[in-house]
Amino acid sequence: MSSIPTKLALVFAAAALFSACSTPKVEEKPPVAAAPAPEPAKPVENRVVAPVVVPEVDPLNDPKGVLAKRSVYFDFDSYAIKDEFNPLLAAHAKYLSSHTSHKILVQGNTDERGGREYNLALGQKRAAAVTKSLTALGVAGGQVEAVSLGKEKPKAAGHDEAAWAENRRADIVY
Amino acid sequence: MLTLRSKLVNNYFKRGLFLGIFLSFSAHAQLHVETYGFGATQIPIAVSGFTNEELAPEMVSKIIKDDLNSSGYFKVLNTLGSTSETDNVDLPNWKSQGADALLVGSVQKLDDGRYDVRYKLYDTNKSSTLSAFAVAGSPQYTRLSAHKIADDVFEKLTGIRGIFSTRIAYVAKNGTNYQLEVTDADGAGLQTAVRSKEPIISPSWSPDGTKVAYVSFELKKPVVYAQNLITGQRTLIANYKGNNSAPAWSPDGNKIALALSKDGLTQVYSVNADGSGLQRLTNTSGIDTEPQYSSDGQSIYFTSDRSGGPQIYRMSASGGDAKRVTFTGSYNISPRISPDGQTLAYISRRDGKFQLYALDLGSNQELRLTDTQDDDSPSFAPNSKYIVYATEMAQRGSLGVVSVDGRTKQRLTTQAGDVRNPTWGPFMK
Repeated sequence: MSSIPTKLALVFAAAALFSACSTPKVEEKPPVAAAPAPEPAKPVENRVVAPVVVPEVDPLNDPKGVLAKRSVYFDFDSYAIKDEFNPLLAAHAKYLSSHTSHKILVQGNTDERGGREYNLALGQKRAAAVTKSLTALGVAGGQVEAVSLGKEKPKAAGHDEAAWAENRRADIVY
Repeated sequence: MLTLRSKLVNNYFKRGLFLGIFLSFSAHAQLHVETYGFGATQIPIAVSGFTNEELAPEMVSKIIKDDLNSSGYFKVLNTLGSTSETDNVDLPNWKSQGADALLVGSVQKLDDGRYDVRYKLYDTNKSSTLSAFAVAGSPQYTRLSAHKIADDVFEKLTGIRGIFSTRIAYVAKNGTNYQLEVTDADGAGLQTAVRSKEPIISPSWSPDGTKVAYVSFELKKPVVYAQNLITGQRTLIANYKGNNSAPAWSPDGNKIALALSKDGLTQVYSVNADGSGLQRLTNTSGIDTEPQYSSDGQSIYFTSDRSGGPQIYRMSASGGDAKRVTFTGSYNISPRISPDGQTLAYISRRDGKFQLYALDLGSNQELRLTDTQDDDSPSFAPNSKYIVYATEMAQRGSLGVVSVDGRTKQRLTTQAGDVRNPTWGPFMK
């Protein structure tokens, strides 16, 4: 019989100790309560299979893939796409056709000779030739925009035929 | 005025031509200016020192002398000492020393901190006063006061409005830094209007002088903006699919003609000055670009390759049929029509050289104005007598100024980097 008051006293002492270092509080739980019976564990769904999708290696980001080549070069005073660039364009067309959320800019460039605005229009002609080729290969018109940088952003800084050839170019920009 | 002019011209022819090579360089100049050559007639003028001009931040009489020298229209005689507009002058004595005109003046600091510059221009032949005036300005506008006096002297003695107080805007490139800069016509007083890491091309000054339209590549493609120079506010004028370029203001400032490739290849369109109201003006399967309104606003000159290589054409400002204007050579681009409507300036490629030409639209006489070979982007001074253009000197972009008769030339270069794409601003109050 005496065990209960002792227990209570101990509990109160403990409560006093706790309250000494915190603001007075009404005890929320009865000091003595039977431990509730453990709820029965939910049955484990051991036949469920959670699918894991391994991220696709985007061929666009493969530095050795065909899509890493994004420049089409042109002859002097020419806006015709040379046959050697057909595989490159076909690869980009295939990729864009299967990734319709991708949009690209095709930036045309010229060499440094001639007027800035006229070269801008000539660069546009090169960009338009590339976009025309891509749409002919099935790319939606809304995915491609032909623009020109004219002679304003030369890739090669020189003033010789090698530099000019490097700058007569259209770049595909994802 | 007319009498004096014809007399001066006659005197000048009697004396024969002076060979003139003038050099001028201001300590404040960002652009270094060199002048070569001289006009068909050079009026001998004595410019005395202005009394008390050493009080002002800049020597007014020196700026005036440099302006008059650079114009090619004057032979500025050396003088000693200073003479104010209230001093008595011995005009027959000045005349005997070869001066057909004499400019004197003074500078006075006002209580409010401004400088009052007064001057008097004498005709030594008729012993009369041609002009007298006072210009008051805050210290930073001392140069402007001097340019305004030079403008008045120029107009009184030649009958042509002076352009010394006008400004030029151009693009400076230093590495990958592009700046749209504004200077006085003499290359001094530089102010930067735009700084960008991407190219800026084709600036075009609005007729009221408060805005410049230009092409910026900041969005990975050419887009046209108009920028208020005073407030710095930029308005997007055209950002259609494809290219947006070659802006040019109509003379009333209400419209901007430009080149867009939104419908395929580059064609000429016009929009209202706020970018609204798009209208297509050309309709070819080739390139139509570089539109420029005539000074009466009725026509648009532009570059087109409809006949093969690029040539200059003219059509109504509302579009429609175009007439070919240039026939010599296989590559004629960048048409600019003089404000007086008499001269068409353009760049022509001949024997592999890109050079500035002027076509007299009355006589159909063509004149090559330069000896350089990478000329680009001509722009007329508002008095129609000079053209500023971009060229290359030792593989660096520099600016040239040439008189429409090709006789007087100036070169404007910077210490480092390239300058290009000049546009000459309008007359301003």
